[in-house]
Amino acid sequence: MNPPREFYLCGNGASVPWAEVPAWPAEEFVAATAAELARGGRLCAWFGVPEADGTCLVAVIAFDAENTLAVGRSLPAVNSYPSLTPGHPQAHLFEREVWEQHGLVPDGHPWLKPVRRQGGGHPAAGEFFRVAGGEIHEVSVGPVHAGIIEPGHFRFQCNGEEVLHLEIALGYQHRGVETALAGGPHRATLSQLETVAGDTTIGHATAYATIMESLAGEEAPLRAQWLRALALELERLANHTGDLGALAGDVAFLPTAAACGKIRGDFLNLTALICGNRFGRGLVRPGGCRHDLETARAGALLGRLRAALADVNQAAEWLWAANSVRARFELTGTVASVQAAELGLVGVAARASGLVRDVRFDHPAGWHRFAPVPVAVWPDGDVLARARVRSLEIQRSGKFLEDQLGTPPDGEIFTAARPPAGDTLAVALVEGWRGEICHVAITDAAGRFRRYKITDPSFHNWPGLALAMRGQAISDFPICNKSFNLSYCGFDL
Amino acid sequence: MSFFEPITHRLRQGCQTMAFPAGSPPALPDRHGGALRVEAARCAADCAACVPVCPVQAIARTPGNPVALDLGKCIFCGECVAACPTRAITQTNDYRLAVRRREDLLLGSPGAEEVRLAAALTGKMKSLFGRSLRLRQVSAGGCNACEADVNVLGTIGWDLGRFGIQFVASPRHADGLLVTGAISRNMELALKKTWDAVPAPKLVIAVGACAIAGGPFAGNPEVLQGAGSVLPVDLYIPGCPPHPLTILDGLLRLLDRLPATEASGLKAPSGSEVSGHTI
Repeated sequence: MNPPREFYLCGNGASVPWAEVPAWPAEEFVAATAAELARGGRLCAWFGVPEADGTCLVAVIAFDAENTLAVGRSLPAVNSYPSLTPGHPQAHLFEREVWEQHGLVPDGHPWLKPVRRQGGGHPAAGEFFRVAGGEIHEVSVGPVHAGIIEPGHFRFQCNGEEVLHLEIALGYQHRGVETALAGGPHRATLSQLETVAGDTTIGHATAYATIMESLAGEEAPLRAQWLRALALELERLANHTGDLGALAGDVAFLPTAAACGKIRGDFLNLTALICGNRFGRGLVRPGGCRHDLETARAGALLGRLRAALADVNQAAEWLWAANSVRARFELTGTVASVQAAELGLVGVAARASGLVRDVRFDHPAGWHRFAPVPVAVWPDGDVLARARVRSLEIQRSGKFLEDQLGTPPDGEIFTAARPPAGDTLAVALVEGWRGEICHVAITDAAGRFRRYKITDPSFHNWPGLALAMRGQAISDFPICNKSFNLSYCGFDL
Repeated sequence: MSFFEPITHRLRQGCQTMAFPAGSPPALPDRHGGALRVEAARCAADCAACVPVCPVQAIARTPGNPVALDLGKCIFCGECVAACPTRAITQTNDYRLAVRRREDLLLGSPGAEEVRLAAALTGKMKSLFGRSLRLRQVSAGGCNACEADVNVLGTIGWDLGRFGIQFVASPRHADGLLVTGAISRNMELALKKTWDAVPAPKLVIAVGACAIAGGPFAGNPEVLQGAGSVLPVDLYIPGCPPHPLTILDGLLRLLDRLPATEASGLKAPSGSEVSGHTI
């Protein structure tokens, strides 16, 4: 068989028979993927699928400017394949993950070690990178942190106050999400996907619902798509507001910290107004939504939304006007645009480094096809830029909600889904509040999941935090960390 | 912006902290539903419509036995309420859910239709912790929703500090642990070490369906079945996640800090307004 010349091109939310996904021998597939990345592609997902006696590598590559996704795979490979990472650092964690899950060694990978595998009461972290020298000291933080947050481990190599290198070792939150999905969907699947990252319930549930609808060859009713888009922006508003408050708190600017702590709850309560749960549990499901937003309820939501938006915009103004805040945020934790692109950063972190990438704009699916959202970009790549992007997105999400609440589509909110197609690959991207969520499902002949791959935006972005800390004072770690505010459980799965 | 603007704004706003528990509690969202009530006596013979719709297998009905719902596993999706043809399972809109014993979350049989709310600490434990409780929070497989709604208790609307309850950075400074998550095996060692570092006497509070019984992840080999798999739990607060009001009620109930009307088994006012302001 001659190797294919091109990847399969499709849009967000598409599905394709597995047999029609172009397949190369592993070595040629890596070269073909590298060529796509070299001409501006972005790696959304890279994972293994057991087949025959080996493992097929699968790549989902985004061409943002062309609103196109490219899907390709390798023929089953055994033992090893030439690593993609040396030329394309954005593949770094993906290749470690494939090695951990399937034992397939990426030859030439510069830092091959476990991602989240169990190690007997703790993750198998392996050896940490160490800087040698008599004046170098190592600082070890976590897994249990000094706050009400999730666990993870940070290993700093310091020369005095200056951080030369930070290695982030996660895996403490590993709950076996992907393993449990095999043979699914099961009864608990939706609940598990709603809690992949529990602060991103709408984002992950929407990605899952899109996958199931794509496999069934149908769409959710328009009104359900509208509801999902509203809930996604409410989720963004709540989390961005919380992040602005947390950033203010970390530099001891209490007016904004105190105000945003409360306003975040006001936004969560708007989600609860729609579905009863502050995090959107039980709202989105394959086939549509479970709760409607009737006219009276939408009116109440709009009134409360406007009040909360006025409050949060005022709290943000205090932040920008305070010299003491700017002095701490500016030029702290900078990630240059070219580095952000090389690492494949997504979401707020990418846009704050000047990269124009936003799934809602680049790869619109669902309601976003009819109601575009402008991309909020800030060029500087520092803590201030990440805060500014959040603030801009709060304004634009607010505007989006105000517009959309005024023009609801009529109709049903749910249609019972047909059974999923067999031997098919489906891909769904959603711009969650942290960034791009990517779900890929591959079904078996009976339409059950043979493989379900989840890529939380945090999987792309944790290396961005490590890079942001290079040359920083270690005392700036808290604000750098909060400016990214990444998910541990979303990474650990 | 003038330096004084945030300050004058603050003065205009006045006190943002809710009156509860001295005043009435804020209303739950009308679609929340609150605690469930299960009257197995109302079940139709041979009906098990609720069993397969539960995503987390919290409901069992074995032949010859009444239906049994485990509110510790429950994620409060309401599917069973919708599926029940005889209104044997109903929502009470009651935010109060915390219990001291795991079995007090099992609902169904006569006399056990609702949760048996937590009793307060007594004796030395009450005198030690009743007016000052320091907790170390450990997330061990939590999804960041329980964590977020524990965190919210520290904001100005709730102001947990007014009860003498505080979250501390070091287990050495703590009187107990507040645990979230199903206990991932990868956190088992860190959780045990944190527990060992807390001086006795000490408490464990399990918040959320995962920490009580594994939640949606129960049965996955990568997780244990909640905090009780590793530690002796003193207080269970159900929910996915529990509403902040439910968590606050649980903490105050344990410390015997609730006014008699709230602490009693009397029904709380049901919150069901669409336009009203909820916290």
